[in-house]
This record gives sequence, structure tokens and C-alpha cells, in this order.
Amino acid sequence: MTIATSIDDACAAMKAKPDALVLAGGTDLMVEVNRGIRPINDVVAVGRIPEMRGWSREGARGEVLRIGAGTTCADLTEPTIASLVPALAQAARTVGSPQIRNSATLGGNLATASPAGDTLPVLAALEAEIELRSVEGIRRLPLDEFVVGVKDNALVPGELIVAVRVPVLDGPQEFLKVGTRNAMVIAVASLALVVDRFGKTVRVALGSVAPIPVRAIEAEVLVAERLDFDGEVPPDSDLVDQFAGLVADAARPIDDHRGTAAYRRHAVMVIAGRALRRAFPGSSKVVE
Amino acid sequence: MSMVDTATVQRTETPTTRIGDSAARPDGIPKVTGDFVFSSDLWHDQMLWGGTLRSPHASARIRQINIGPALALPGVHAVLTHEDIPGSPDFGLDRPDQPVLARDIVRYEGEPVVVIAADHPDTVRRALAAVEVDYEPTKPLLDPTLAEDAPPIHPDGNVIRRIHLRHGDQEAASRSDLVSVEGTYEVGMQDQAFMGPESGLAIPDGEGGVDLAVATQWLHTDRDQVAACLGLPAERVRLTLAGVGGAFGAREDISLHIHLCLLALHTGRPVKMCYSRDESFYGHVHRHPARMWYRHYATSTGDLVRVEARLLFDGGAYASSSHHVIANATCFAAGPYRVPSADIEGVVVRTDNPPCGAMRGFGAVQSCFAHEAQMDRLAAALKMDPVALRRQNALASGDVIITGQRITGTLPVVEVLDACAAHPSAAGGPNEPMSRPGGAGRTADVEHIVRGEAVALGFKNLMFSEGFDDSSEARCVMHSGLVTVTTACAEVGQGFVTLVRQIVGEVLRTEEVVLEPASTNSIGSAGSTSASRQTWMSGGAVQLACEAVRRDLLARVADQYGVLVDDLALLDGRVVGLPNGEEPTLASLTVEPIEATIVHQHAPTLPLDDCGQGDAHVSFAVSAHRAIVDVDPDLGLVKVVELTTAQDVGRILNPLQALGQLEGGAAQGVGLAVMEEVKVVDGLIRNPSFTDYLIPTALDMPPLEVAALIEQPEPGAPFGAKGIGEAPTISSTPAVAGAIRAATGLDLPRVPVRPDDIALASREGRVSPEEAR
Amino acid sequence: MTADVLSLTINGQRREVVDALPGESLLFVLRERLDLAGSKNACEEGECGSCTVRVDDELVCSCLVLAAAADGCSVTTVEGLADASEGSRLADVQQAFLDAGAVQCGFCTPGLLMAVDALLEDEDDPDDLMVREAVSGNLCRCTGYGRILEAINLAAASRRAAGEQGVTP
Repeated sequence: MTIATSIDDACAAMKAKPDALVLAGGTDLMVEVNRGIRPINDVVAVGRIPEMRGWSREGARGEVLRIGAGTTCADLTEPTIASLVPALAQAARTVGSPQIRNSATLGGNLATASPAGDTLPVLAALEAEIELRSVEGIRRLPLDEFVVGVKDNALVPGELIVAVRVPVLDGPQEFLKVGTRNAMVIAVASLALVVDRFGKTVRVALGSVAPIPVRAIEAEVLVAERLDFDGEVPPDSDLVDQFAGLVADAARPIDDHRGTAAYRRHAVMVIAGRALRRAFPGSSKVVE
Repeated sequence: MSMVDTATVQRTETPTTRIGDSAARPDGIPKVTGDFVFSSDLWHDQMLWGGTLRSPHASARIRQINIGPALALPGVHAVLTHEDIPGSPDFGLDRPDQPVLARDIVRYEGEPVVVIAADHPDTVRRALAAVEVDYEPTKPLLDPTLAEDAPPIHPDGNVIRRIHLRHGDQEAASRSDLVSVEGTYEVGMQDQAFMGPESGLAIPDGEGGVDLAVATQWLHTDRDQVAACLGLPAERVRLTLAGVGGAFGAREDISLHIHLCLLALHTGRPVKMCYSRDESFYGHVHRHPARMWYRHYATSTGDLVRVEARLLFDGGAYASSSHHVIANATCFAAGPYRVPSADIEGVVVRTDNPPCGAMRGFGAVQSCFAHEAQMDRLAAALKMDPVALRRQNALASGDVIITGQRITGTLPVVEVLDACAAHPSAAGGPNEPMSRPGGAGRTADVEHIVRGEAVALGFKNLMFSEGFDDSSEARCVMHSGLVTVTTACAEVGQGFVTLVRQIVGEVLRTEEVVLEPASTNSIGSAGSTSASRQTWMSGGAVQLACEAVRRDLLARVADQYGVLVDDLALLDGRVVGLPNGEEPTLASLTVEPIEATIVHQHAPTLPLDDCGQGDAHVSFAVSAHRAIVDVDPDLGLVKVVELTTAQDVGRILNPLQALGQLEGGAAQGVGLAVMEEVKVVDGLIRNPSFTDYLIPTALDMPPLEVAALIEQPEPGAPFGAKGIGEAPTISSTPAVAGAIRAATGLDLPRVPVRPDDIALASREGRVSPEEAR
Repeated sequence: MTADVLSLTINGQRREVVDALPGESLLFVLRERLDLAGSKNACEEGECGSCTVRVDDELVCSCLVLAAAADGCSVTTVEGLADASEGSRLADVQQAFLDAGAVQCGFCTPGLLMAVDALLEDEDDPDDLMVREAVSGNLCRCTGYGRILEAINLAAASRRAAGEQGVTP
């Protein structure tokens, strides 16, 4: 058992004990430990590394936000960071319960790489970059190269997720999550939509409808050409419907005990349309 | 001071604990400090931990069990199979049809096969993994509609009980001028989902007997089943109630009781067992899933003429209390309405699905969902107001129900209906995203939401029926002024312990009360904490015992002072009314203790005859709920905005506790309406966890408005009070479902209503948010 | 640093645990090794809140805290609530739960008390939705939450009143 207090500490311990489990907030790992399905011999605890918690602005104009992997979901809902990446804050607020949000970390959500990981669609839509550290040095991976399958990621032994970089965009962001309870629920389907007014693009990613977070590229391309990024004119119904349909086409859902594939595909279509309308209400804020 | 001064007798008493007060729970302080000992908190020196190996198959033959590898692990003290059961190999609440540990066959996923005792829960886990069971999976019987004609999966056969109730003129529907509506309804499998998982501690007494502390609803029937399986006389098995973390029916059956005692007797050490949450889903019975076909006939002016129904309940692998659940479903299939002609067939069958049994509402929940949907459907067909249709047909005292029994007690159906329907709504609009359907997920904007409203009535018996006339025994001892009450009534959270103090306060005018721990050693059976029966049965027993003590006490004083008993009264721990003005304290009068032990029985009931007719029930209660819901039809998500209720309570004994029953019961009804279901696929439970078996959170439950508690004292009931625990769970579900139908225009014949049922329903007939506005 | 002996400050008292197995949760250690059974085990996956405690002031599910990783931390459990209040044996939240009838079986009560105490520390006059969200991680099966919400209002009012009188809540 190593309780690391610095990233170097943690990496050294992980090098020394390649089989050790890395423990951050514990909200995923301990479920498996408690059930006895995760043997636990050696642990490197990374929950008390100050340099892994919190965020900073990078780049000439502060256009990149670097968020420490140890930042908790509760931290992510704080107003200062919520104003920079609203969708991430919205997603973080839907994670588990208040108790879970106090423990669960952004890095942990990434490491678990669950199809239902609430922050993952947001990170996918933001084209986040994941910063990994080991005694060998630093490795940076885009999200789509990091999450590689159901609960599977690109970490190699000895490697620790230390931070996530996302752009600070000028434009609205939306995260919508469908679940059958008003709180503390695993996503049946979720969607993140981020708008880059400067780049005149919309990026959309989906959760719980594929093994990994999926982007709806065709839908993004469609609306990028037709939306009024100055926000005067809202999208018309045809555009919203086409967009929603293309988003639904990007989903590759399955039937499970939380929902049917048919419902999931339908649900992402519905929330895609709603997200787009919310992001582009038009100057009068009247829809239709 | 001279003669009896009435002013003295009538002077104000010190504020105290009486019937009708919101008296404080005597177990309240330890429960808020964390000191209260729940069954999972039990601990004993030298204690071992127990664990259970369960079948992973819904149906399989057991070819061989090899316990050797488990037994060889350090720290393992016992690994037991069916071969280690000294007494009856089977147990069961109604009939012993369930193996204590599986022998040659397993009939459901989760059936116990091996039990283990070891020095640490982790050792138990490893030992369970080390046991080798060679299963030959067989084709499970999963479809209840096929059960009757399928080869029997159990020596007792696949039909656990069939009741064919026929009441009144069977040709009543042959008239040509009747309006009829028909529907097929379904209720999913609900779990009681109490918070405190099954747990207990067994301690061998060193002389071949055993003491078991366990969370249960019914100590004595547990004791009898445990003793039979241990091959011991009942008196050598002593059960004591450990702190119960909720019950709701799930603790009426045996779970770990026999296993714990076997392990303790085998090892000679105390053994504790505590189910994990997933194990709890396998370790107790659930509410029966039901399929129900109904046809209602009424005159064109809305008088009910006849109800026909076919109820098929899936009992799962073992009988549990299915026999009685189907009787309730059948007897109350038509609801609290005057129905002159009925043909109701209720059948409960055996399958390889998880066993089902008691849960709050006990059979009446399922049929209420169906009959209330039918009443709404009938109102629509008649173009009548659904509340008016219900009022027009409402049962009242003196009427005859479909079992042919005349209601001799109170039954304020119209009163609860009108109070509930007329109550002003305090519901606000869906202004905050968090309070809309979808909640924290931010899925709905105001324009996506439609609102609906509906009212439903529920109807159920109180206490056990059909001649199962159990009793409750209570002892009251007054010694040096201290009143000690002994009963085996299981406190499961409902507040019986509070009521005992109130009864003692009311009858004996003292606060000096001790309630002995509920145990099989100290008193006879109190019967089960279920069927809304303990206030009546054990409350009644305590009342009678206290009254007997009061009589003896006053007689003693009358004798001692040479006065008439009728001149004497009790007040604030003293006897008053003596001509000499003396006011002897209870303490001084009971240096020599006064004791009374009473066995309380309710009025006898009779079995149902071949046509399901007979005076089978003791008493009845009715409740009404109105639900207001917001629905997001495109996503199929629902938020229950407000519930309003009115209930037939006889008399309110403790207003605060009554409110707690109404609110808590309604929450379970809301859960069944919109989210709660044990999902069983191919006989396997897919969601045995609180991650996936969803129960309402504080963000899902609406406020409950209590429109009225109708107090019409019930003849024969202690203080006139009816049991109030179950009714709130019965009418809340159909009210919510009805409100979702009203909002969406969809049929929605099944609960829980799933998002798919709304969002993927044919758009035909569906109300869109635009149309609704 | 490496911990062989687990050292915790629990409700203000330093406690040491020497024989814990590697995978034991803080909940298990509290209940089975330190005789503090007030925190309850109902799901052991963070979905019910019955085991809620404060670790270094953060409200967490103790079932999801690896005990060994909490070495050196300060833990407050339901058993430590009353000590935090002056003048009366029970803390204001505990008294409010009794007064409002928020306790039935009581299994969820300790965890809820911890959550409510934390809420009222941050927010002395929370609105209904704020309260509901703050306790949305604490399942209760008996009460339907009505009396619990009432208790929270009572506790908030009493804490505000105490604050106005200059009494440390």
C-alpha cells in the first residue's frame, strides 16, 4: 500500500509494483473489491496528490484548460470551471450521488472507461487530450485513442492518468442524460454538444449507446454548413430533424437491462434535437 | 378532604403518552445516535462468519458437490450440504416445499446449495469459490402461462392454487343493453428493497440447542420451521428479534435462519451471516408478477353489473405465501365497488423464476392496478367522469362484496374518494429542470412536458383470512409501579413499540413502561407483522392485558380501603378517588406485582367455498390517491408531481406515525408505477443491485397531501383503529399509472411504465405536448 | 509512505488498526474492527448512502473508501455528531429527525444525518430542491422522505436560530 503524495512518487511506486491497483476516488474500484471480484494485493493510492487536483489555463490566451485527473466531480461543478466547460459541469452533476461526486475523479471516470461514463461524451465532444505519466515520461493521447473498448483503455503498466486538456470554447454547451430516475442513475443514453462559434463548428458525442463514446460526425458536418453561428436565426425544424436523425445513426446501441437498443437510438435522436435547439435558440429565444 | 372530588379527578394530567398523541418512538434516540443494534450489527466473541453458495442456474440437476477444496482452506470451519441437515430437509411458510439446501435439483437462480462458516468474510468468499458443484443445466419452466400443462417441476405440482370465484347471477351479462370494457394488464416483479439486508447471529447453547437473533416479521413461525429442520424440539431453539432494517413482507419467510443454526451447531461457535445486497435479491421472495385479463359490464347509466377476470400470478419456484396472495387478489379483484355478479379465476403457478410471496399490499396491489384501469376505461366508454363512476358504485357498510360477505364494519369509500378528489392541488409548474421528468439529466424543457391527473381507489382486508385465525399473546406486569409488557410482535420500523407505550399510558396512566425484547422464550406467538394486523392483534392483546392489570389493581385498592371500584380512577401514576383523599402511587400499590397474560383473537373467519364465497375476512379498509404527473412523452420519462390521499383509518392512534405510513407506503406505490422491477431474463435476475433496481430518491418522490383521514371507529378493533400500513401502497400505483395515461392518451396496461412504453408507443392516440396545451 | 498500521482520527479520537486485511473498506473497519456500527452496510456500492461519513470533512460513502488509503485521515461518523453540538446530548439534526417523525426502521438514518449535517453546514437556508438533491444519495424505504424533508427544515430553522443567538451550531 502506497499513499502517493506526488506524481513522481506514484509513478515510482507503480514502476516498482507493476501489479498494483491504482486507487483514486475508489468509487468504481471499491465496488469490485467489496464484491470480491477484484483481488487486491498492492495498491497505489493517488487520491492525495495535490498537483493532480484542480485546473489551470494554458496557451497564449488561456485557450486550453488543463484539469488534474484527481479533480472530483464535485469540483467540476464549481462555478469557475463550470463557466469554462459547462457541459463537463453538467455531466459531473449527474454522476452518482453527492457522496460519490465528492470522491469520484475525472481520471477515475477515464480509467474505468465505462460506456456509461458520464464525463466521457463531453470529453469526446471537446476532443480532449489525456496526459499520462510514468517513470518513462509523458504521453499524450486524444480521447478516442485512450478509450478503446468497453471498460478498456490504452494505459500501459506503470502509467498514470495525470491530467486532461480541453479547449475553452466560445459557444454554448449542452449535456443531456437519459435515465429512469431523477438522480443517482446510470445513463441509458447521453449526449454532449459543444459549439465553437469561432471555428463555426458543432461537435456531438454520445454515451451509453456504443462500447465507447461516439462522435456524430455526419451530423456535425451537416449543421456546421447550415447553422447561423451568430445566433440570430434558430435552426428550422427540418435541420433539427435531419441533425437528430444523423446523430441517432451514429449510435450503436445494445439491449440490456437498463434499456432497449430501439429506445436508446430513439432517445439520442430526441435529446440531439433538444440540445441543438437549446444551443441555438435564436435571438428571440423562441423556438418555432 | 372528603368525598370524591370530581374536579380532582378531571384535573389536567401532565402531558404524556396517550392514544391519539404523536408520541415519540422509544427507539428513536438510539436510532439517531447510531447505537441501535440492527441484526447486521450483532457481534459475539469467537464469532465466525457464514456464507451461502447459490445456484447460478434457474434449473439444473446437481450431479455432484465437492466441498473438499473449500474445507481445506485455512480459516474455514464448516462446509455444509443437504446431507448435514438433521431434521426436515424442507421448510416453507405455508407448507414445507423448499429445500433448506438443494439436494438433486435446483429450481431457481440463487437457490442455496452449500453454506460455509469461516473466520473472516473474505475467507468465506474464497471458500465459496472453492466449492465444486457439478450442475447439469436443464430447461427451465419460465412462462407462467405454460406452467399448468408443463411437466411438474416439483412433487407438489405446478399449480399452487386455483380459486374460481363466482358470485351472483352468472347470466347477468347476457342483457343486450350493457356497456362492456375489456383489458389485459400486467404487473412486474417488485422487490421489497428494505435497507437492512438479511442478517443474524446464531449461538449454540452447548447442550445441543441454539439461540438465534435475527431480523424477522414472525418469530414463532420461524422458530417452528427452524426447529423442524434441526430435528430439535421447539423449546431448544430460541429466537430473539434483532433490530430490523425494514421488512415489507420480505422477512416473513425463512432466509438465513436455518443455515445459521446449522453452522452454529456444527461448529460449536457463534456464527453471523449478513447478506450482501445482491444476495438479498436472491435471498427473499418478491411481489408476484401478474397477468390479468378483465371484462367489466355496466348499464349505460354507469351501474356495475358484472366483473369477469382471469388472474395469473407467477409464484416462482416455491410456494411461500402464494396460496394466500392469490386469495387476496381474487377476493378484492373488483375493488371497493358494488358488483352484483362476478366470475374471477385466480391461479398462482410454480415456475423456475425467483420465488414470490408477501409484499405490502399482498395480492391486492396487482388486482387494484387492473380494476382501477378498468374503471377509468369504463368511465371513458360511458363518457362519465371517472370519479363520478366510482362514487356511483362505491361500496358502503352493509353491502355485500363478491365473496358474498356482508361488510358489517365501517367502509367509508365515498368519503375517501370525495375528500381526495376535492382536495385543492398545491402542485407548482415544472419550473426547475431538476423537478422535471429526467431530473438531473436536464433532458426536458417546459415545452416537452404534458401533465396528467387521475384518481384511484384501493381495497383490502385487514389481518389474515379464510379461517387462518391466528392470535397474539401479551403479558403486562406492574411491579413497584413499573409496567413491563411482553409480546413477540416484531417491530420492523412501523412503530409498534411507540404504540405499546401509548396503550399503557392510556389504560394505566403511567409512563413507567418497559417493553421486553420480542422473543420466543418469553411469550407465545404474536403472529406476523404483516397484513396490517399488529395494531389490531398485538395492540389489542396489550390493551386487554393492561386492562386486566388495571382491574386487578383497582380491585386491590377497593379491597384494601373498603371502597367501590367504580369510585376509583388512575391518574398520573396514582390511584385517585379515595374518600380519605389519599392518592396511593402505583409503585406503593404494586410491591406485590400484578400480572395478566392475554391471548387476543379476532372474530373468526371461514374458508372460501368452491365458488370463492364465504365470510373469509375480518375487516376491510379503503384508500384513495390522486396523482398529478408530468410526462415527457418523447423520452417516456415521468415525474410524479404531487400525490394526494385520503384513507379509512378507523381511528388515528399516532398522527405522526400514521403520516409516516401514508408517505412511505405511497413511495413504494410510486416506485412500482414508474421504476421498480426485478428484471428476470431466462430465469436470471439481471439487476440484483441498488445500481439497477431503482427505488425512488428524494428527487423522485412528490409531496404527499393528506386530504383526510376518515375516522369511523371499527367495531371490534382496539380503540376502533384499522391497520393502515398497506392501503397507501395499493391505490398509489394505479393513480400514478392513470395520470400517465391521462397525460399521454396511451393505454399503458403494464407497470412499471417503462420509457419505451411511452416513447416508442404508436403515435396514434398519443397526445403531443403541443396538443395538450 | 507505506501504512502497515492504519491510523485514523475518528470523532476526534486517535484510533489504530493493526490487523486489517488489504481490501477492507473504511466501513468494514469502522463496524467490525473499531466497534462503530452506526454507519450501516446496505449496498456496498455507493448507491444507498447508509454508510455515509465525513473523511477530512468530505461527505463520502465509507464503503467505497479503502481503509488503508484513509491512513492519517480524520473521520466523523454518526457516533460523533452529538459531540459536535453544545448544550444538548443530541445534535440539532438528530433532534429534528426525532421531532419530525423522520425515523422508522432507522437503517438509513445515520447516513442521512451525516448528509443533512453537511448540507446545513454549507447552506443555512436551503430550498426544497437543494435539500432533495443533497439527500438524493441516501435511499430510505420506510418514510417516502416526507418526514425527513420536514426534519431538515426543522434542523435548518433551529440552526439559523442558534446562529442568530450567537451559539455555535
